Order: sequence, then C-alpha cells, then structure tokens
Amino acid sequence: MSGKQIKQAIEKVAAQVKEKILKGANPELTFPLRNLANVSYNPKTGYFELQDKFKSRTLTVNTVKTFAQTLKMMALAKELIEKNDIATKRDAYYQSKNWADARFDEQPESDAVMDDVEAFFGVNREQLGFIPDEKGGDVAGELIVIDRDNDTKKPLRIDCTKFGSGAYSVPSSVEHLGFQTKAQFILVIETAGMFQRLVKHNFWRKHNCILISMGGVPTRSCRRFIRRLADEKKIPVYAFTDCDPYGIANIYRTLKVGSGNAAHLNEYFCVPQVSFLGVTPQDIFDYKLPTHPLKKVDEERARDALKNDPFIQHHKRWQDAIKLLLDKGVRAEQQSLAAHGLNYVIDEYLPRKLANPKAFLP
Amino acid sequence: MGTTKRGSAKGEKAEAKSERPSVPSQRLEANVVARGQVNERQKAVKAPRAKANPTSPKAPKPPPEEPLPVDALVKSELSQEIESVSRFGQKITAERGKVASREEVAGAPKKSAQELAQKQREISVAEFFAKNRHLLGFDSPAKSLLTAIKEAVDNSLDACEESGILPTLSVSIKETGDDRYRIMIEDNGPGIIKQQIPKIFGKLLYGSKFGSMRQGRGQQGIGISAAVMYGQITTGKPAAITSRASATENATYCELTLDTRTNKPEIHKERNNVEFRPGTGTRVEIEMAGLYKKGRHSIDAYLQQTAIANPHAEISYQAPREDDWLIWKRQSKVLPKEPIAIKPHPHGLELGLFLQMLRDTNHPTLSQFLLEDFSRVNDRIANEFVVASKLSLSANPQKIQLHQAEILYKSIQEVKVPPPPTNCLSPIGDDLLRRGLESGVEGAEFYTAITRPPAVYRGNPFQVEVGLAFGGKLPADEPCDLYRFANRVPLLYQQSACGITKSVITAGWKAYGLSQPRGALPVGPVVLVIHIASVWVPFTSESKEAIAHYPEILREIRLAVQDCGRLLGAHIRKLKRYSSENKKRSYIDKYIPHIGEAIREILGLGTPEKNKIIETLRDTLERGRREMLPASMRKAEEAEEKATELRIALEQSLEVIAAPPEPPSPPTPKVAEAVNAKPSKSEAAATSLAKKAAEALVLVPVESKAKPSPRRRV
Repeated sequence: MSGKQIKQAIEKVAAQVKEKILKGANPELTFPLRNLANVSYNPKTGYFELQDKFKSRTLTVNTVKTFAQTLKMMALAKELIEKNDIATKRDAYYQSKNWADARFDEQPESDAVMDDVEAFFGVNREQLGFIPDEKGGDVAGELIVIDRDNDTKKPLRIDCTKFGSGAYSVPSSVEHLGFQTKAQFILVIETAGMFQRLVKHNFWRKHNCILISMGGVPTRSCRRFIRRLADEKKIPVYAFTDCDPYGIANIYRTLKVGSGNAAHLNEYFCVPQVSFLGVTPQDIFDYKLPTHPLKKVDEERARDALKNDPFIQHHKRWQDAIKLLLDKGVRAEQQSLAAHGLNYVIDEYLPRKLANPKAFLP
Repeated sequence: MGTTKRGSAKGEKAEAKSERPSVPSQRLEANVVARGQVNERQKAVKAPRAKANPTSPKAPKPPPEEPLPVDALVKSELSQEIESVSRFGQKITAERGKVASREEVAGAPKKSAQELAQKQREISVAEFFAKNRHLLGFDSPAKSLLTAIKEAVDNSLDACEESGILPTLSVSIKETGDDRYRIMIEDNGPGIIKQQIPKIFGKLLYGSKFGSMRQGRGQQGIGISAAVMYGQITTGKPAAITSRASATENATYCELTLDTRTNKPEIHKERNNVEFRPGTGTRVEIEMAGLYKKGRHSIDAYLQQTAIANPHAEISYQAPREDDWLIWKRQSKVLPKEPIAIKPHPHGLELGLFLQMLRDTNHPTLSQFLLEDFSRVNDRIANEFVVASKLSLSANPQKIQLHQAEILYKSIQEVKVPPPPTNCLSPIGDDLLRRGLESGVEGAEFYTAITRPPAVYRGNPFQVEVGLAFGGKLPADEPCDLYRFANRVPLLYQQSACGITKSVITAGWKAYGLSQPRGALPVGPVVLVIHIASVWVPFTSESKEAIAHYPEILREIRLAVQDCGRLLGAHIRKLKRYSSENKKRSYIDKYIPHIGEAIREILGLGTPEKNKIIETLRDTLERGRREMLPASMRKAEEAEEKATELRIALEQSLEVIAAPPEPPSPPTPKVAEAVNAKPSKSEAAATSLAKKAAEALVLVPVESKAKPSPRRRV
C-alpha cells in the first residue's frame, strides 16, 4: 500500500466510526488476532500465515480508553504520512503524553496499540511512519553492503571485512540496501560473545562466510536483512544458538517462520531457508558439554512449544529434540564449548558441523 | 441462719438444720453469692460475719465490739431470702486455720487456746475489703475511678428500670487536686427514703436478690458503699448523697462515711431543705484518689458503651477539665421488658447447689420439691428422675442421705428435660441495638444489628445479640473495636481472655470482605458490639470481666457474628460495585473527548461537529452502562441526577435573583465553580433533598451523593 492509500484507509475508518456514533450505535473496530492460535505453518512458503480469526473491539464503557488511544494512534500515523516524517515507537509513546487522560503509562501499551493499528491495515509499521528503535544486528565477513549517502544520495559501499574487531550495524530500514558477496553461507549467531570470538579469529575468512549477530530474538530489520541477502545471493543460512527452549522455540523459530504477534508481516520478515546448526540437544551428549538444569520457565516454554507451536508440531525432529531436553532436564549454552578449550568451537566444533549441513535440524 | 460468733455453740445449734454438713453448706452459700446480684436498694439486711475456725477446739467469748446479732431481724423479715455470706469471709477463716497449724508444726512457743483466742477477733467485712479493695475493682487509681462510676451508674439504671422510669443520668468528674477527683452521678430514679440512705451507702453487703434466676446487671457484688469507703480511705472526706423519694417532699441531703471496723454508716451532716432537681431522683458525690485516662479502659469508653447497650437511657457526661457536656440521647422511649425470675432448670445445677436446695425446700415430699422448685419438670419427668436412685417420690427431701442425693443428681442429668423457658430474658433487640450503635458510634456509614433466638447452656437460657458499625470515619487499618456486654453492662477488661473475642476470631472475616491476620481480630473500619443476656452469665473469674468458653455460647456468638458479617459482606460488595460504576462513569467523561478529537483530526472536522460526536457518544455509552445496572442502583443514579438538576436549577434561579439585570441563561462554568466553592443555602437544601431521594432508594455510599451527573459538564 502506498502512503496515499493508507491515508485514505485511515480516513475511511474514522468516517465509519463517526457515522455509527451519530446514529447512536456503538462503533467497533475489527483486528486480526495476533497470536500463535491464529497462525498456521505453511511448509511450502516456509512461514507462519495469518488465519482468519479476528478480535472485535466494540466501543463500550470498558473499552473506551483503548478505543480512544487506537483512534489517536491512527491520527498520529496519518499526520506522519502527510508530513512524510517518521517516529520511533518510543517517540510515539512520548507523543501520547500530550493526549492528557488518554496517554499511555508505559511503552508496551503504546507498542501494543501500534501493532493493532499495523495489523488492522495489514501494513508494515514503517509504512505508517513508525520505525523500531531497536538496532538490527551486527554483521562481519565477506559482504559489501551498498547503501546511499543521506545527503548526496550517492551510493556508499560498505565492506564488512574492514571493521577489524568491530562490525557493521544493520539499519532499522533495509529495503534500499544492495549486496555484493561471494560468501558460501551466512552464520547467524545468538550471542554477542560468540560473535566476538569468531570475528576476533577471522573465522569468516577461513570459511568464506558472513557472520551475523542477532543478540537474542532477531529484530524485524535483522530478519529482513538476512532474508533479502539470502534470497538475492542464494546462499544458505545456518543458525547457531544456545541449546535451550528459548534458543530453539523463540529465537530460531522467529528467525525462520516469524512470530505470532506480527503474523500479518511474516511473509517478509522471516528466513524460511535457515537451518539449525547447533547447539542441538544431541550435541550435548556427542560433545560432552557441561549443562545447567532446566528452569521451570524453560520447561513451561518447552511444553508450550510442543503443544501450541504450529512450526514445532510440523517437524517431528524438533519434537524429538525438545523432548530429549525435557527428558534429561538439561540445557547448554553456546559458550559451554569453551570447556574443551577456548578455540575448540573454531577448530573443532564448527568445522565438524559444517562438514555435514544435511544433518542440521530443519 | 444468722451471725455466727466464733465457735458459739449456741449459734451453731440454732442453725443446726441448715448448717449441719457444715463444710459443703458453706460452699453452697458461696455459690449462691457468686450467682447473685447486689442491689443496695432492697430492704434486706445482710449481716457480715466470719466463720469459726473448725480446728479451734474451744469457743472463745465474742469480742465486745461484736455487732448486734441480726438473726432475729433476718429470720423475721427474710425467711425466703438466702443468707449472704461473703466467700471472702471464708477465706479469712481458712487463712487463720493455716496460721494456727503452721505455728504448731514449727514448734514455736506454745500458746494456749485461750491465749490465742484473746488475739482473735471478728473482722468486719468492711475492714477486710478496706484492706483488699482490689477484689472490688479498686486497685489502680484509674480503675478505681472507673469502678466507682460504674457502680453508681449501674445502680441508677437498675433503680430506674425497676420503678418503670426512663433513666436520665448525668455523670460529672471534677479534678480537685493532684490525682484527686470528685465524681457526681445523678439520676431521675425513684429516690431513696431518708432512713435507707445511710444503709445503702454506708454499709457493705446491703441488698437482696442473691441467687434469683433472673437477668440483671451483675456487678462487682458489693456496690456503691465500696466506692464510698474507697473515697473516705483515700481522701478522708465523706460522700454526699442527695435524694428525693417523693415529688412532693423536700430532698434529703446527707454526708456520710462508713465505719470499717463495724461496717456501719456514720452520718456527719444531714439537711432536709436543699435545692435539687424536680421530681424524684438521687445524686451521689464522692471525692476520691484516682487517675483520669482516655482510651479503651476509660470512663468515656464505659459510658459510651453503656449508652449503646441502654438505648432507653439518656446519659450526659462532663469529663474533667471540660466545660461542655457530652450527651448520648435516648434512642427509645420504651423500657426494656422486665426480666422474669425463673426457677432453676434441673440440668443447670451443680451438685452442691442441688444439695442445698434439698435442705432448704419447704416442700414436704420429693415429688413436690421436684415439681415446684424446678422449671420444666412434670410428673413423668419426676418419675424418671427417681427410678434409678430407688427413692420414693414421697420421701422428705430434707432427709435424703448424701449418697442418695448424688445418685438422684446423676440420674437427673441423664433424663431428657425440655429446655428452660426463655421469656425470662430481656435482650436489647436488634432495632434498638442498631439505634444505640448509631448514636454511640458516630460517623460510620453502615450499621446493622441482629438478635439471635434464645439458646441454652447447661440449663441456663441465654441470648446473643450482635451489632456492627462499618466505614465512614472509623479507622480503616486497625483491628476492629470490640465492645463486649453482659446483661447490658460493658466489659472493659480482659478482652483477650474472653469467649466473645474467641468467637469473633473464629468467624472467618475474609468471606465478608475484611482482612484478618491469623488468630486475631479482623482489621477494618469496624465496631463490633456483642451482648450476651442470661439469667446467669458465666464469667471466667469473680472479677466478672471475661465470659467463660462454653461451647454453646461460643457457637451462638459465632453464628450471630456471621449473620452480621453476611450483611456487611453484601454492603462491601455493593460499595465495590458502586465504586467501579463510578470509575466507569468517570471513564466515559475522561476518554470520550479524545475519541471526538481523534476523529476531528483525521477527518478535519469543525468543533461543533466534534462536540456533537462527543455528546451523542456519551449518551449512548451512559445508556448502555445503565442498562447493565441492577434496578436499585439505576434508580438511585436517576434520583441522584434529578437532585443535581434540581440543584443547578436552584443555583440558576438564585443567580437570577442576585443579579436581576442578567438574562436567565444556562449556568456558565464560572457560576458552577462559584457555587461549588461556596456551598449556599440552596445547595444544602438541594443536597439534603438529593440525600433524601437517594436514601429512599437505598443508595449507599455517601461520597457518591455529591458527585455531579455526567450531563452537567456538557
């Protein structure tokens, strides 16, 4: 949708609400339900697709505050589009402080309303003028990113091999970027600590690859960056996370098929071609890794994934892997490989793993 | 019966019948006293006495200061009265016995019985109490002051009720020096005839009604004369009594003390033409050492609670250093039903008392004794009583042997007997208790009271009443205030030892919307009043400050408290509902303008259109909200709104009157503000109107009444 179309859509909604009110009726807004119960996993497309469950917010005494906030958020989006301006999620939260009683008390409240508006119009929040204030992830290795200068609009070539012990930072919007690479694969890493180690030892040079650090659950722009890079350059993506229910069912799952919360956008913000290098539950035993006991929240997350996550439910191998963790009651971190020597991961683990990508978990 | 001189053989013989099994008989008498109530205004003369030392082999001559024997008097006047013997008198005897035997054992220089006897003398009950005044409640200075007032007030109330007069009491305390006070208690009772005044106020143990099965204000037992004695001991000053027994006669004024050695009054001054209130009545003035304190055990608390439990009385009170009188107004012009004395129930007796009744009865046959001297016994039941003991119904009760009597007593306990009559009880009544609470505990927002049906413990009828005040100005984060009463008398001491407290704790208050720490009283803005009325209130000790833990009584109290708790719970839920409704109403006011504003921003509308949206939406939502309400709350809100509209109209018209050149116009915000800031007469009138309307429709919370209707702001 173009900015103009979105603007018209917002005006149409406001006009409908106004008409209902003047008729003495209770207006209502209908949003797609944004959670795992309303997504299905389509193995063909490779991401979570939104189903047709909706929640309807009728304007009553109990909903009057959220209703007012939703309309105010739409008004703000319209203003941003008209002025061709942007606001971060935090900016939007502070904007609401001018709304007197209808203001948001905490940012998560404003984020949720923003997600509702986004889903309502079925657009990316960047199209509404809202940009995330999180950073997208770090990149190092055999890659040249082609950006443009903000003032001159001239192309800028960013060589990701030239950051030394540092890294290139993925911007919040990545649609305009171009890529140039001859890398064999992309290694997506959960923790900054492991990323640092691999950068320090120029792991990417030896294996001709691109290293990307997610720093926890990957942001939308990070996912979009990896997706565009992998699609355009047709290179495989391998994920390297901690071996615990969070690393598997949240970080890896979100990277691969998207999230329930942003199901209306998963089509663009996921990396269906990624596969799971490790650390797998089997690795714990194969590599004799030191472990920690599963915490209660880990167990709950694991059971929840087995019961409710359409992606996990689709893959028997993942179910077995998670059940193995539950049976043994253990988890292991990426950095537990250091128990066999600081560079064991570089000299032994990764080379052995990379020798057989077919064995990676889906 | 009669005064027993030490070891006087004559005296013993004369009383041979009643005193034969001497030791048990003494216990019985003590028992009777424990149950009895002292009333100084009765005619009966009770002679004090000390018992002979049973170990003393020979009888010494009575000492010369021996009071005149009153045997003859007692016998002729009081054949049906049970002799009163202070249990304290017996304690003296027992102690002496110990002293004597200890001397022998220790091998101290031996004295002959005659020598010992010379030192022995009778101790007047007054002298004993003068030295052991703590037994009568005169221990600490603060408690002494309270006890003196308590005795006087209870006497006044009793006297008024017995003569069918609605009590009007005034109590005043004046500070006359360091830790010295002059108390004054005046009533509109029947008054006291001149000859009786000295006996009532200057002689201990002057009264009657001991042992009657009748609900009454059981007090410390000795009464106002102990207060007179305490006053004279601590200040040396006589008590001053003014009384008029007949409206047509002059009032009598009399200053008197009590001779502790003889337990006889001494009159210091007497006048017959003094100024006094019109009509009959009595005024008692005593100066005494004491300490005036505020708080839970204070005189203020005692009088406040007395007012709650006696809504038919009017009590005025002037505290020390106060010029103003505090008045608890009469809440009812109906005197409490006069309690009826009942005969003992067969299951409500201890063995000892049963034996005593066997000895004392006037009936020649066991059959008559059982039928006439007990309640609820008929021929069939009497027959069942005697079957097991193999006694004949025609046997002379006075000749029944001890072991036979015991068997009879046991079999009586096993026969089923209907519960005792309960018409002997005179509860306050739920309506009056609530009104008493309303006047005694001001500023709460919710009052309720309930009276349980009468119940029975150990053959004694009793009845429990509970009143409860909640909310308003009462402190919200402290344990509830518990006011305990036995036969309308407040119990101020020993709260934690009392069965009432235990029952209240076990009631489970969380279900009724109050928080309750484990094993403690509930916390919340609550005053709880518990009254137990009974022909015999079982106290844990002779100080009569805490109720014993009889399961039947605990159960009744708990049930009564839970009845009240349910009403409270309903009220609290209603409050919560109401406050959530108020919140919703404020929601509508708060957020609707933003919806209008957002639509205006998106569509670029003008202000009139925006206001139209806001107003229409407000009406829609308000209507929807009301439809969800229960009918009563809806009506209440509508009434409230009407009252507010009325108020606005009044304000408007007043504005018009105040400023005639101005044309009548809808109230501007300025006008509304001014009126809000300065409540005008019209507002008060309208508010009271609104209140009335709201109250008529059972509207609960006070604060909501002042809320403006949402319509007003438009």
